[in-house]
Amino acid sequence: MELRGEGSGGVGRAGKARRGRSREAGGQAARALLGIEREGRARARRRRLTASPQIESSAMNKRKLKESSGTDGECISQVQKMLRERLCHHRAMGKLFGIDQQYKHLLELLKQTTVCGESNSALIIGPRGSGKTALLNRVLKDLREMKQVKENLLEVHLNGLLQTNDKVALKEITRQLHLENVVGDKVFGSFAENLAFLLEALRKGNRTSSCPVLFVLDEFDLFVHHKNQTLLYNLFDISQSAQTPVTVIGLTCRQDILELLEKRVKSRFSHRRIYLMNSFAFKQYIRIFKEQLSLPAEFPDKAFAQKWNSNIQLLTEDKTVQDILQNLFHYSKDLRSLNFLLMLAVSNVTVRHPLITASDLQEASKQYRMDSKANIVHGLSVLEICLIIAMKHLNDVYEGEPFNFQMVYNEFQKFIQRKAHCMYNFEKPVVMKAFEHLLQLELVKPIERPSAYPNCPTDVKQWAASSLSWL
Amino acid sequence: MDTRQQSKIIYSWYGKPTNSDRKLRTLQYKGILIKSERSRKERCIQLGDFVLVEGENADQPFVAQLLDLYEDGAEQKHAVVQWFSHISEIPKNKQKLLKRRISSQEVFFDKVSGYDTDIAVETIIDSVLVIPLRLKDELPTRLKKEKIFCVKQSWDGKCFKALSPHTFSKLNEANRKEDGIPNSFNSFVPSDIISSAKKETKKAGSSATKTKNVEMEIESKHSASKSSLSKKRHSLRVANGIKNPTARKKLELNSPTRSPKSKLLEQEDIWALLDDDCDSQLLKPTAIKRKVKFTEVLSSPPKITCANDKLKSVFGTAEDQEVLSGTLRLSPYRKLEDSNEKVRSLNMEVDAIVLTGHKELGSQSPAVTPRSRRTCTQETSTRIAEQISLLNMLESKEEEDFLSSSDGSYSSSSEEEDSDVSCTPEKKTKPSRMFSTPKSSRKPSVHTPAKTPRKTPLPGTPRTPRNATPEIPRRSHAAQKPTSVLEEARLRLHVSAVPESLPCREEEFQDIYNFVESKLIDGTGGCMYISGVPGTGKTATVHEVIRCLQRATEDDDLPSFQFIEINGMKLTDPHQAYVQILELLTGQKVTATHAAVLLANLFCTPGPKRKTTVLVVDELDLLWTRKQNVMYNLFDWPTQKHSKLIILAIANTMDLPERIMMNRVSSRLGLTRMSFQPYTYKQLQQIISSRLNSVKAFEEDAIQLVSRKVAALSGDARRCLDICRRAAEICEFSSQKSTDEIVRMTHITQAIDEMFSSPYIQAIRNASLHEQIFFKAILAEFRRVGVEEATVQQVYRQHIALCRMEGMQSPTVSDILAICARLGACRLLLLESSSKYLHMRVRLNISQDDVMYALKDD
Repeated sequence: MELRGEGSGGVGRAGKARRGRSREAGGQAARALLGIEREGRARARRRRLTASPQIESSAMNKRKLKESSGTDGECISQVQKMLRERLCHHRAMGKLFGIDQQYKHLLELLKQTTVCGESNSALIIGPRGSGKTALLNRVLKDLREMKQVKENLLEVHLNGLLQTNDKVALKEITRQLHLENVVGDKVFGSFAENLAFLLEALRKGNRTSSCPVLFVLDEFDLFVHHKNQTLLYNLFDISQSAQTPVTVIGLTCRQDILELLEKRVKSRFSHRRIYLMNSFAFKQYIRIFKEQLSLPAEFPDKAFAQKWNSNIQLLTEDKTVQDILQNLFHYSKDLRSLNFLLMLAVSNVTVRHPLITASDLQEASKQYRMDSKANIVHGLSVLEICLIIAMKHLNDVYEGEPFNFQMVYNEFQKFIQRKAHCMYNFEKPVVMKAFEHLLQLELVKPIERPSAYPNCPTDVKQWAASSLSWL
Repeated sequence: MDTRQQSKIIYSWYGKPTNSDRKLRTLQYKGILIKSERSRKERCIQLGDFVLVEGENADQPFVAQLLDLYEDGAEQKHAVVQWFSHISEIPKNKQKLLKRRISSQEVFFDKVSGYDTDIAVETIIDSVLVIPLRLKDELPTRLKKEKIFCVKQSWDGKCFKALSPHTFSKLNEANRKEDGIPNSFNSFVPSDIISSAKKETKKAGSSATKTKNVEMEIESKHSASKSSLSKKRHSLRVANGIKNPTARKKLELNSPTRSPKSKLLEQEDIWALLDDDCDSQLLKPTAIKRKVKFTEVLSSPPKITCANDKLKSVFGTAEDQEVLSGTLRLSPYRKLEDSNEKVRSLNMEVDAIVLTGHKELGSQSPAVTPRSRRTCTQETSTRIAEQISLLNMLESKEEEDFLSSSDGSYSSSSEEEDSDVSCTPEKKTKPSRMFSTPKSSRKPSVHTPAKTPRKTPLPGTPRTPRNATPEIPRRSHAAQKPTSVLEEARLRLHVSAVPESLPCREEEFQDIYNFVESKLIDGTGGCMYISGVPGTGKTATVHEVIRCLQRATEDDDLPSFQFIEINGMKLTDPHQAYVQILELLTGQKVTATHAAVLLANLFCTPGPKRKTTVLVVDELDLLWTRKQNVMYNLFDWPTQKHSKLIILAIANTMDLPERIMMNRVSSRLGLTRMSFQPYTYKQLQQIISSRLNSVKAFEEDAIQLVSRKVAALSGDARRCLDICRRAAEICEFSSQKSTDEIVRMTHITQAIDEMFSSPYIQAIRNASLHEQIFFKAILAEFRRVGVEEATVQQVYRQHIALCRMEGMQSPTVSDILAICARLGACRLLLLESSSKYLHMRVRLNISQDDVMYALKDD
């Protein structure tokens, strides 16, 4: 919404001639926001950009366009593409910051499995956005490039959000391992049969001759809630017995994960935990900021890259930028939020505005850390604001006790009669409508009445609370 | 439920007792009559005959020779037998001693002493032919495909020997006698049986018996789906044992889709049927049918003398459909049989097949004209004419029913008759078609061997490959050998490495060993309950015991036994335990309820020729069900007299029997209990040292430190080994330059810290500033209110106040809620559902002291 407004503002400012371009910029930013970037569109845009000088005639425009000639436009689109990829795709592309130790540990662990056929189990624990998946993907990518490991490792990826019970998980494992009871892409047979089959398959193998299997359990904490933890028990049991070498890697953000494991499962788990804690100071944070925005040496247009990089260097020394970053750092240390902020800033870069400025970052930060409720209040009508003020009064008077519409209406009437002079006295149905609108916006919440069903069983109540909550 | 009673098999003595022993109060007999009420068949088996005896596996009955028959004081019928061993009963490693290929028909004269030769008569299924042969002789080709066994050698548990002349002649003699039976057939049949048979014939005409027959038919089809006779009996028992009301329904679902095709593969089954068939023709006077047979016998004696062979040679090679045609071919008899209106009584299998095959044809040929031309005895033909007209009426009605309901209800009498009607014109018009294209009529049906209605996938969908072998692909590069001392140590310390011996569990080992050994020697059963916290070597010790026992049996110090193991955690459902046990025991795959019945049958009836079974039940507590059926059965079987079942039950808690088991279950479990204590530090030390053996990778003190630490925490050997491995890794990591490093105290401490340190404090220390302030705000709010719970609103107020004191920009509500959600996801906080917004209640998941400690250092 914000972006579209800006775009139209641009139209107003720049007049008719530049309408096409500024809309282009606005649209581009919106696309960047959505993370959609297609080669084709970029090329189309470039064509339009190069074609435009011939059509447009105003003197001011000519001067501007001379600066941002065709090559410059190309540079910008390349920068956009490169940085967006870096900021949005977490898959094995980006650099890892501050987790070298963990990287080494995990790589060594997986190497032991693949090269020596040693079974292992480990948990990667860290808050959301701390780079657990990125770490694992990076390790796997590096591992696959090693000669001894290539085609010597079977990978099974499970996600607790997808494999919601052991039955589904087993089928998925069987499918990904391409065992012989897979027909096409489907696995038939009952849960018991599948389990027996898989266990038999894994039991037959031994350390030296069978291909090691890597099980990656994303959202590991959700697997813990499966019945009897059968899957976990079996996976860990295999990893602790002389069978096919397996390594079980669990990814989770819960710190109390070990307490959730059943005692037998826990005993079989090797207690190897790899923590990702975002444990860096602000200085490192600034460095990460710099590295994330810097263009690499292999960028085709050297001159532009140099200009860009020196600008970034200047930015890092800028007081406002540092304040913005400090603020964000105090709020959240994870790199995902930093990436998001930079993403917003980078998408403001256009041919007309080729370098990131501090104000870009400020704008992005404002946008990113907007208070959602306050934003809603900004868009309310006068009547609705009045009602909210009335409610606030009631809240103060009755110390947070619940109120009803009539009370609010009376309060509003009092205000109209005593103090307001220019305010139109709305009729009750109109006020009612405004009140309902506030309800819809969830600025006001109806209290849970003492149930109309006094004998309603507890589980029904809970069910209603869980499945009707969106109403 | 009258079908159930009808399907009983009655065993009665043949003749008067020949000999009686006053002291033992036994009465000896020279033969036994086996009468199956269901099919109205009777067989007479005499002393010296060869018999099939029910085994634990329905597909493989045992072969034996009847030596003695007696009734004891308690009126139990007993038989004394001489066993013959099938090749599959001989251990794999001993089979190599033979150095020749064994046909599936060959059996060995069993001289193994361990087996009980006294069996209950009820386990005898049928008689069979066993021909003694010289070692070089081949089984005559004409007998190749029949249910005839030959014996060439004897087997005494250690080696094979040629038959001694004495036994050879004895066997031969017995055989000759048996061969003679058909000839002297008439003299065998007591006259009273014939008369009773006649009475039966008359009854058969009435419609009352007719419906009964229909019921029987269902039953027979039911069992026919099991196809072999012994299987029939299994299923019968099942049916008797559990009065399952759905049994019939299942049947109806199953039968229409049965295909004989798959059965053709199981030739043995056909043999069994044919045996049955021939027996019924040649040996036993049966109701209805018998009479016809007599006329056969009388009218064409030369044919009947070879009928045994002839029929067999016709049928033996033939497929089911041809069996039918074969019977049709014998036209003179065929008519008689037809007039007898029961092909079924000759061969139910055939009936069932014709039925499925000709269902469509049935409507084509309602006309029964051919029947009128029959040249059989006057009275039968008239009776049949009556019946057919009656049945035709029924049939047309039922046909409609069938079409309308389209569930292929088999319980209608018409359909059964249908087959009879339809096969007659078939015979007359196109006799050759049956031979040339036997498959055409068979095609449309799909066979489901399972007893219960399983979901059969649509014909189009691919099915799970039946014989998929569970296997993980092999690795392309060979696994690397350990290169350094530390790597070697790491491998040896892996929990999966099987040590040469189990130190520190000698006492427990001896106790379990003695228990199982004594039970093995006595040939009785028993239970033992083993408890202990995880990682104390319960399962490892039990496996070690089993390994030792197996070694002892190989050296012939102990009677051999069968070892099976189930694990409660590896079952999807407690009832799957039955399925797994049965599969491990016999290789059958059946459903849980069926498996339970089969197992109960196996363990509760005096089973001849059964080895002792040692069953290890790991993670026993997971077999708990509300009714505790599984546990009850498991512990009840060993108490049965003949079960020969030894159960070693393993679980974690010592008082499991008292805590979760009903009295009747825990009482059966008995008092033989053993508990594995957690390892002490000395034991752990010993375990590590013995695993490391001669590899010098660890400092003595380091080992002691680990063992003391783990012993103080849990006494879990797994943990101990894991720490050592991790320490070795750390050591390897830190000392990449100097290669000859050994694991020292520091490495161990580091590993222990890594594994046991609480992550919370570290997590709080690494949280962002606002997150930390939020914690402080929570603490402040808790202190203010005095309750360890607060709403976000309250905490937010505190948070803003703290921010002002620090001179920081205060966060917005959205920020606070996001912080809250982040800490909640890590479970540093416990939160309500976020829909409550500011009224969401917050609680700490860690102690306040920990939070304070974590925040203080900053």
